[in-house]
Amino acid sequence: MAETVTTLPPRPTQEAPRYELKNLLTRYGSWIALALLILVNLAITPNFATWQTLNVNLTQVSAIVIVGVGMTLVIATGGIDLSVGALMAIAGALAPLIFLGKLFPLPSPAIGIALAFVLPVVATALLGWFNGWLITHLRIQPIIATLVLFIAGRGIAQVFTNGNLQVFNLPEFQFIGLGRVFGIPFQAILMAVIVIVAAWMLRRTVFGRQILAVGGNERAARLAGIPVASVKQRVYLISGALSGIAGLIVIARNSAADANLVGLGMELDAIAAVAVGGTLLTGGRATVIGTLVGALIIQLVRYTLLANGVPDAAALVAKAAIIVLAVWLQRQGQR
Amino acid sequence: MNDTISFKTLQTIGRFGVLLALIALIVFGWLRYDNFLGTYNVLSVLRYNSMFALVALGMCFVIITGGIDLSVGSTAALGSVVAALVSPYGAVPGLLAGVGAGFMIGACNALIITRLNILPFIATLATMLAASGCALLLAGNQSVSVSYESGFTELGQGDFLGFPIPAWMALTAYLLGSLVLNFTAFGRTVLAVGGNEDATRLMGLPAIRVKALVYLASGGLAGLAGVILAAQFGAGQPIEGVGWELFAIAAVVVGGTLLTGGVGSVGSTLAGVLLLGLIFNILNFENGLGWISLSAYWQSVIRGLFLLLVVALQARLTVRTEETA
Repeated sequence: MAETVTTLPPRPTQEAPRYELKNLLTRYGSWIALALLILVNLAITPNFATWQTLNVNLTQVSAIVIVGVGMTLVIATGGIDLSVGALMAIAGALAPLIFLGKLFPLPSPAIGIALAFVLPVVATALLGWFNGWLITHLRIQPIIATLVLFIAGRGIAQVFTNGNLQVFNLPEFQFIGLGRVFGIPFQAILMAVIVIVAAWMLRRTVFGRQILAVGGNERAARLAGIPVASVKQRVYLISGALSGIAGLIVIARNSAADANLVGLGMELDAIAAVAVGGTLLTGGRATVIGTLVGALIIQLVRYTLLANGVPDAAALVAKAAIIVLAVWLQRQGQR
Repeated sequence: MNDTISFKTLQTIGRFGVLLALIALIVFGWLRYDNFLGTYNVLSVLRYNSMFALVALGMCFVIITGGIDLSVGSTAALGSVVAALVSPYGAVPGLLAGVGAGFMIGACNALIITRLNILPFIATLATMLAASGCALLLAGNQSVSVSYESGFTELGQGDFLGFPIPAWMALTAYLLGSLVLNFTAFGRTVLAVGGNEDATRLMGLPAIRVKALVYLASGGLAGLAGVILAAQFGAGQPIEGVGWELFAIAAVVVGGTLLTGGVGSVGSTLAGVLLLGLIFNILNFENGLGWISLSAYWQSVIRGLFLLLVVALQARLTVRTEETA
């Protein structure tokens, strides 16, 4: 990034405390924003503090968060993954083909369901690894390398299904999108587990530190003996696998798989959540919990506006403003 | 020094490569299908692809400065809605309104990127959402029919001297763009900013202003593409334009422009657009022959594979030139 040293006059010393406050605000800005949003909603939105509202918001946010976790890791290495939405469509198209027995004959329905969970995720993980391979072996920029699958991936899903809507009713499979454990949507639990594991991995494991090192300074990381190519490939593989899981959740929730629509625009939602959450888009600094908070903020703003009668289109404009504001505030904090 | 050599080689190879591929595809089509080079087919391909060409031209300039503009697709959608709403007042007001809406989004991009110092990727991602929201609000969540009495539809469906009007617009824009990039101080500064922004600024060139103007132009061109969209299909379409930005990026990259900025060519961007557009056309002809039946869904798969082939080749060439240099 071409960033010059700002040529501002030196700061007067008495301003130091204010700077501290600003630092605090930018550091915990997303948490404060989330808290404010909840308070505002408690005050103005009818029926906000109900179990149902919580569940509605959690189900709507879970797919974005799951994809966003993978995106966070990718962005932490200084990359980007535009193919996530297309990979969701591929997983979403494959799973019904498998459990409806259209791809190959099934020995028993149970095996079909098990395979419908495993195979699509394996397939998207492999495609994610392919992204990583393009980036590390052919040295193609991440944005272009993943653009290939962004363009081709949805086409592959459409070719599989001939563009048809696949409708199904299979409670065992749909548990991933519709099931509840102690009243909490299963997908929210899955999301929480993924977030916690990824956050722990990024902070506490060698692999996590390697991801940040690669994003911070790739050359230095290579000189320090970090297997840069392998780290990157694993990160894109994880992003692919998580996209696959998100695709399964979405089709299970809708009881239908539409290759034209599953995951459409997801790459941008996920990147927005990552950016609002405070991960540096240039790599080297990342927070998985931040991505969760970012996604929750975007979702809550939309919910607040919709619940108070503002049209969905206006909510899009508000989302744009939040993204710009959040990223601008974070930049202020870095100065 | 080595870098410039490898970039120059790459640029030349990219430029001729895309031209060769385009010619090969045209010859293939000419040999294989009747009427492929017939007036009707040629003109309809040009008419349909001129919107993408305009969007890709703006994207080409943006990418040469080392930036990216994700907002072009929804800017085109907004332009089409605004133009459709104004179309009862005539063709020219409709045209101006659509382009004006595009300029507005371009101005937002320019301000956010140069004043707030936010990465182009994020800034234009945000304005993409905003433009899409504005388009949906103005259109009331449905497509807006244009007026057929005011002559507005001529902008998309009409001909001038036997050549489609949208194609005239695209051609003029590309000629101007090529002249500006190669023969004006502004154009040289665009290339310089992409090559090394700090150095450009230190040399006293107006780097910030050039960046702002590039995003402004990209917005205006996307607005114009929206006007053509509305005029061609008789409606302002708030949900059109999804994925246009990435198609435009693909066309620019296929044309040999490097995403890292500093290098690029307007002419080969046009070749890139035509190449990606012709793939769809050839697919249609192939289906018409009746040997195979590939659904329209194959076109994105084939486009993706094509993009992969081109970038893989480019990558190979860069590595080799770096090694030999």
